[in-house]
Amino acid sequence: MNFDFNAVIQAIPYLFGTGMTFTLTLTLAAASMGLVLGTLLAVMRLSPYRLVSVPAGIYVNTLRSIPLLLVIFWFYFLMPYIGAWVTGASRPINIGAYKSAIITFTLFEAAYFCEIMRAGIQSVSRGQMAAGLAIGLTYRQAMQSIILPQAVRNMLPSLVTRVIILFQDTSLVYVLSLTDFLGAGAKIGQRDGRLVELYLFVALVYWVICFSASRVVKFLERRTRVAR
Amino acid sequence: MIEFNNVSKWYGEFQVLDNCTTHVSKGEVVVVCGPSGSGKSTLIKTVNALEPFEKGTVWVNGISVGDAKTDLPKLRARAGMVFQHFELFPHLSVTENLCMGQIKVLKRNPEEAKAKAHALLDRVGLLAHKDKHPGMLSGGQQQRVAIARALSMDPMVMLFDEPTSALDPEMVNEVLDVMSDLAREGMTMMVVTHEMGFARRVADRVIFMDGGKIIEDCATSEFFDNADARSERTRLFLSKILQH
Ligand SMILES: Nc1ncnc2c1ncn2[C@@H]1O[C@H](COP(=O)(O)OP(=O)(O)OP(=O)(O)O)[C@@H](O)[C@H]1O
Ligand SMILES: [Mg+2]
Repeated sequence: MNFDFNAVIQAIPYLFGTGMTFTLTLTLAAASMGLVLGTLLAVMRLSPYRLVSVPAGIYVNTLRSIPLLLVIFWFYFLMPYIGAWVTGASRPINIGAYKSAIITFTLFEAAYFCEIMRAGIQSVSRGQMAAGLAIGLTYRQAMQSIILPQAVRNMLPSLVTRVIILFQDTSLVYVLSLTDFLGAGAKIGQRDGRLVELYLFVALVYWVICFSASRVVKFLERRTRVAR
Repeated sequence: MIEFNNVSKWYGEFQVLDNCTTHVSKGEVVVVCGPSGSGKSTLIKTVNALEPFEKGTVWVNGISVGDAKTDLPKLRARAGMVFQHFELFPHLSVTENLCMGQIKVLKRNPEEAKAKAHALLDRVGLLAHKDKHPGMLSGGQQQRVAIARALSMDPMVMLFDEPTSALDPEMVNEVLDVMSDLAREGMTMMVVTHEMGFARRVADRVIFMDGGKIIEDCATSEFFDNADARSERTRLFLSKILQH
């Protein structure tokens, strides 16, 4: 076999400028919005009111039992109709593959972040809530300023681990014909007949990023253990 | 200042508080003691509504705690509470611990809150530690910060739930000293503690609880010096606790 790594070098501007930019945008958007939504779901799941906790539980368990690929696929086709129903429009609203992907990943990740944050909230001692209420904070203020910051801190390793998985999962957007990092590599590889080189390079980049991130997780784990 | 009228509370079948009636007057220091599980914590936590109750009424400065219309955050802001395990906020600095309630609840501006925080830290002898996180302080220091945090809200009454029982023996006195000073300045206090020396020196009245009932409720000297008038259970408890 003759490798031609020139093909890779020439592809770098496209791979990173288009592919990786998309992958990172999707990862960061879904991670940040998913964390907010997931935290909200976690607080709901821990509510003593069944009317609040049960729907949140159903949402989380449903999304966690469907493969992501199916969620992406179904959501893309259903979204226009849901959009029309919400806004009361008479025709399906087409929001496009890009927005659909961001919304889907956000909704999907929220389910996983919810479970991490739920464990995080439960890891904070009950006395902390009592102390917050005792100085006159409302339940909501105590949650926001006292419980959640500690929950996030305690769960930082798990949260980062989940973001690494999300980062890898974003490559599934190929079903929507979107071009992420992997997709960009595949495109160029097919065009130039250099699939092997490009796939090797793409794999290497994924590996470097994920491995570095996992070292960060190790570091965070050690730090949280010391802090407690 | 605080009035308990026939307060009862149940956990399912189990009755934690059984018809408790007593009061704490303005400027009075009342010590609550009794065996483990007798309902002491539950009783003082009804004052700031951390423990709801099923029957009876609790009045704090003319406000009914159990009333659904009562603004609980407002009530709690005026009743300082000190916990057995300090419950400082570990993700915040000592100063931030003292500013949280002032800013979020009393709406003081951050400068004013900080000045007040530092004055209080100075008062409990911990100004040098103002920028540290609670985890870096000893138990005794943490509990003094917790007292300062409660004081930052200008409370009209202070509630203490076994403030020294999680401390190493050599740190107990630094906390009791701060509490004694507070009492001398006329603070209304309700203190759950087994420190009988403190009770004898500082308390105006002593309440003894057992099985959710208030068994004794009398002046400090009467409680300690007139053993014959005490119930069997009280004498047994006192003999156990005063042994060491
Ligand atoms: N959430 C709960 N569910 C059921 N029983 C409870 C609950 N909380 C407390 N109890 C029970 O209520 C009783 C009174 O508790 P409380 O904490 O008021 O006792 P205490 O006098 O403060 O004891 P200690 O000296 O151990 O702090 C105990 O027997 C305890 O087991
Ligand atoms: Mg107790």
